[in-house]
Formats: sequence, C-alpha cells, structure tokens
Amino acid sequence: MEKFNKVVSTAVPMPIEDIDTDQIIPARFLKATSRDGFGDNLFRDWRYVQGNQPKPDFVLNDSTYSGEILVAGKNFGCGSSREHAAWALYDYGFKVVVSSFFADIFKGNALNNGLLPVQVSEAFLKELLAAIKANPSTEITVDLPAQTISFDEKSESFEVNSYKKECLLNGYDDIDFLVSIKDEIEEYEASSMVI
Amino acid sequence: MAKTLFDKVWDAHVVKSLEGGIDVLYIDRHLIHEVTSPQAFSELESRGLELFRKDQMVATPDHNVPTKDQHLPIQEELSKHQVDTLLANCARHNVTLYGLGHPFQGIVHVIGPELGITLPGRTMVCGDSHTSTHGAFGAIAFGIGTSQVAQVMASQCLLQSKPKTMRITIDGELNKGVYAKDIILYIISKLTAAGGTGYFVEYAGSAIRSLSMEARMTICNMSIEMGARGGMIAPDETTFEYVKGREFSPKGAEWDKAMEYWNTLYSDEGATFDKEYNFPAADIEPMITYGTNPGMGIKITANIPDRLAEAGEESFQKSLKYMGFEAGESLLGKPIDYVFIGSCTNSRIEDLRIVADYVKGKRKAENVNAMIVPGSKQVEKQAKAEGIDKVLAEAGFELREPGCSACLGMNEDKVPAGSYCVSTSNRNFEGRQGPGARTLLASPLVAAVTAIEGKIVDISKHLN
Repeated sequence: MEKFNKVVSTAVPMPIEDIDTDQIIPARFLKATSRDGFGDNLFRDWRYVQGNQPKPDFVLNDSTYSGEILVAGKNFGCGSSREHAAWALYDYGFKVVVSSFFADIFKGNALNNGLLPVQVSEAFLKELLAAIKANPSTEITVDLPAQTISFDEKSESFEVNSYKKECLLNGYDDIDFLVSIKDEIEEYEASSMVI
Repeated sequence: MAKTLFDKVWDAHVVKSLEGGIDVLYIDRHLIHEVTSPQAFSELESRGLELFRKDQMVATPDHNVPTKDQHLPIQEELSKHQVDTLLANCARHNVTLYGLGHPFQGIVHVIGPELGITLPGRTMVCGDSHTSTHGAFGAIAFGIGTSQVAQVMASQCLLQSKPKTMRITIDGELNKGVYAKDIILYIISKLTAAGGTGYFVEYAGSAIRSLSMEARMTICNMSIEMGARGGMIAPDETTFEYVKGREFSPKGAEWDKAMEYWNTLYSDEGATFDKEYNFPAADIEPMITYGTNPGMGIKITANIPDRLAEAGEESFQKSLKYMGFEAGESLLGKPIDYVFIGSCTNSRIEDLRIVADYVKGKRKAENVNAMIVPGSKQVEKQAKAEGIDKVLAEAGFELREPGCSACLGMNEDKVPAGSYCVSTSNRNFEGRQGPGARTLLASPLVAAVTAIEGKIVDISKHLN
C-alpha cells in the first residue's frame, strides 16, 4: 500500500446520495483475477451509453471538473462488499472520497487500499459542493496527520481510527501485523470453547 | 453484567484488544467464491505465505456460473477463467471445493447452512456482503473485502472495531400472505438504506421466533441493505432441529458439548442495546420496492410517496426517473416483463414450495418471462424429489441450475434495459440485473402471483 500524508487538489462533485458499489463498478466488470485496470470501468453505466459513447452530462466526462478528490452525497459505497469499488476509484486517480456518511464495508476497503474516506458534516458537505460548483478550481487540502479538510477559509476536522492512521501514514497493512502475532492466535485456538 | 447475544459471541472470539478500540477477532469459518478470492490468493503468494487454517475454509463457484448446461464448459471466456482460477487456487492450496456438478455446489450462503458449516456461536466471513445470512443461526457473520479475505487466509483473524448493537423486536401474529421477505423489506423501509450502518442487529420477538430457519435466513440476509454489517437471531429448538444431522454438524459427544455452548446464546434479561425498535407484526403487509435502493419499499397496495424525508429531492427524482414511475402513483396494474425467483435471499426449498403451491394448475401470463433458480444442487434435488420441477414447468416457469444468476447479472441471466422485473433478490440498484434493468423486490409469493397475473396486483385478492 502506498503511503498517504496530505492531498492538495481540486475536486469532482457528485451530489448524489446512496451511491452503491454496483454504480461504482458494475458486477459484469468483476471478472478480472488481478487488481489492475478497474478505473476504466469506474461508474461505467453513468459514464457511458451502451457501447463506448461518453455521456456528456456525467461529471467525469465534464472537463470543468477534475482532481484527486471525489465529493459525494451521504451513504457513499453502500451495497456489495466488492473491494473492486475502492480499486476502481484509486485506479482512476482518486486519493480521497469526501461524504457526510460512508457505508461500513466500503470504508474498510478504502482504508485497506490507501484511499482515504473523509466524513464531514452535512453543512460542511453542502458548503464544499457549493464552492466547487461556483469555482471548479477551488483547491481542497486533506491533511491526514492533522485530520483536517479545508478549502478557502473553511476547515473541519475528521475522524480516523488511530491504528488505521498509522497504517496509512506508513503504508503498512493488516496482514503484516496479524502474521506477527501468530503465537497469540495459536494460544487463543487452544483455549477456545467454540465448536 | 447482562450481555447481548452479539457481545457473547464477539467476546468469545477476541484474541486480543489493541489500542484505539480495535480487536483481533478470530474467524471460525471462511467461505470463498470465484469473484473476490483470486486477488487474495495472489496477495498471499506474493508474500510467500501459506494458508493458516485451510481446513476452516470452503470454496464454491456461484456468482459467475451459467444456470443452464452446467455439465458443459463455461462459454463466457472471462467467467470460465475466473472459475478455473478458483479451481486452480483451491487445488494448489488444498482447500475443500464444491465445483460445478458437485452435489454440494450452490450459492455460498445457501450451502453453508445446509451442510452444517454454519453453526450457532461461530464467527464466519466471506468476501460477499450477504454473509449476514448465517446470522440466522446465532453466528456473527459478515461480508469482507478482498484485502480482508487475504488477512483471514494468512491468520484466521481480522482487525475489527466492535460495532454498536441494535435490537429489532417484532411481536404478534403475521398477516396472511406475509413472509420473511415482507418483514425485512418493511423494516428497511422504516429504517432506510443507511439506518443500520455501524450496527449489528439482533432480530427478536414472537413473530421472529415463529419463523423457520429458511425464513430467518431471508431476514438476516438483507441486514446489509440497511447498512448493518450483520443480523442475528438467538438459536432455539428450531435452530438445533435444523442443524442436527447435517454433513458437517457436530455428532455424538461433540454435539452435547456444542449444545452446552449454544444454550448460553441469547441476550440476557436487562442487556442493553445502543438502539431498539419495536414493530407490531399486524402492521406488516405484502411489500414491494419502487425505487433504486432497498429502503424504497411500500405496501403493495400503497402509493409511491411524494417525497422521502431521508433523501434529497434530486436523488429521489433520479431514482423514480430510472424506474419510469411518478411520485404519488400506485404500482397496481403495472405490467411486468420478468419474474426472477432465486438468489441467496429466496432460493431455498421453502421458497420454491411457496411458489409451486401457488402456481400449481395455473399458467404464467404471456407477457412474463419467469425464471426460477435454486440456491444449490441439494435444493434442486429436493425440488425434483417433490415434483416441484413439473409443477413449475406446467405453469411455464423455467427451473434452472444453481447460482447467483440474475440477482447481479454476472452471467448470461440478465434483464434487458427498460424491462421491469419482480425479483426475490436483495438489491434494486440501477443496472443490478443488467444495464438499464428495472428491479422491484418482493417475496416469492408476490413474485409468483405477479408471474401469473402479468402485472402487479393486490395479492390478498388472490389468496384462498
């Protein structure tokens, strides 16, 4: 996993609620056996008409907006557990997703892939979306060590689990840790009452 | 101190607790399938790691498999490659696999319980969000991403923050024509598609207790559709009766030992939950969804609401536009093109019996394409033994071979763009059943009645 520290970028606004992982990456594109190339099919059915014609009114096809930050409506990433959704967003070039609420499994998958989910208040999200609409070159700073997101003169702090934060800052993942405590896991197994 | 069922099972699986509220949680059983496991095997191999506890894993292909002519090679090249990759990975790492044609093959969440792999008080995971199904037995079961699949392969553990607890109690007698699917669609319509996020749910009350294991699985299965990681139901005689004598369930002295543990699995009197809801069973009627998330459900006879308190106007209108419906209108009389009966939500023998009972001696409407996909080879075998296949064939339904099928349209079983499908599956997301497909979620009974009538009707008028 790549290290994450600070992202300073313009953003892509997607003010839609309940964006599910079937929209982020439809099931028919989950047939690969590697992690590569999912960005091509990110938001496939919103981005293209059947065939390969880009839909001009979809924000990823609108050159007004670009950047490493996606700003979306509440309950982002609900539905399927497919980690391919996080891979697709990351592969496309996003490093941060901002929303007022994230679905649990997506949030975990994102953190395990160096994609930072930043949960902000409804009011902050509204202001942020308005600022991006008014000025698409609005620069947003996401600072992981300080746990703040800021644009123009506004700033809000966000939560991230202290263990996960360490992992992101250092590029560690959970496997390294779990493999290192094998003895304790074996001890647990010997004492477990569970059938 | 009084403990909840969830706390009892969770606490029995904590290897150690870390700073920041994270527990190392031991996983008793790990189910894998072809879509979310290949990258995990690669991850493990790239680090030179072995499977830590291969005997606690079971694999089956389900998402991608054709539901016709399973004895022939898979036609679709990418699907074939993915299924072959699962076979090769399992062979290389010596993992138990029930491949196509094996009498135990089926949807991963259908075969776990029917083989006795799913047991009360266990922790279970799978790279699939509907792993919540197994909570019906009083297990803690939840869906994980592929990185976590690799973690469990490497250590049989996961790093998890303990979720908050919620109890949903439904007391009273269920109305005629109301099934488990109606109960869960009703609950999600009340709590919204995000109402359970951050929680693990326990379903309780006399209406829940009265349900069969199949019905309980339907309810726990859709816990994720309100955002909850999982749902569980305290095991009781119904549970033990179901589990007893299955392929991998404990036998003899092991069974007695298991029963000792299982009998402790209930929420203590006075245990506190972070959130509680109570609904009277009498308020639940046959349900159907009209929108593009499972929270957008109504009583089949009700009108689509004018707006949703929890959704912005833009998202609500986008959803209705996709479905081709108007705010405030009734769904009654709307013609339907497809009926899909299947998926890990409703593809068990009891679901097939409900359908067969209703369609016996009737004929599906001309305008409807009716597909029924059993959850496993065992369900298929049982259906044939009971003559259900013949009843369905005479009614014009096509009984296919097991798999996830048109629930998510990864294989050839898709609903065409613009067509309406009444489906017993779990998600009505845009394009879920194929690009442009319009899905209305409902119970097997509502699906059966719709297939016969060719349109959405008030099913109470069609029941004896």
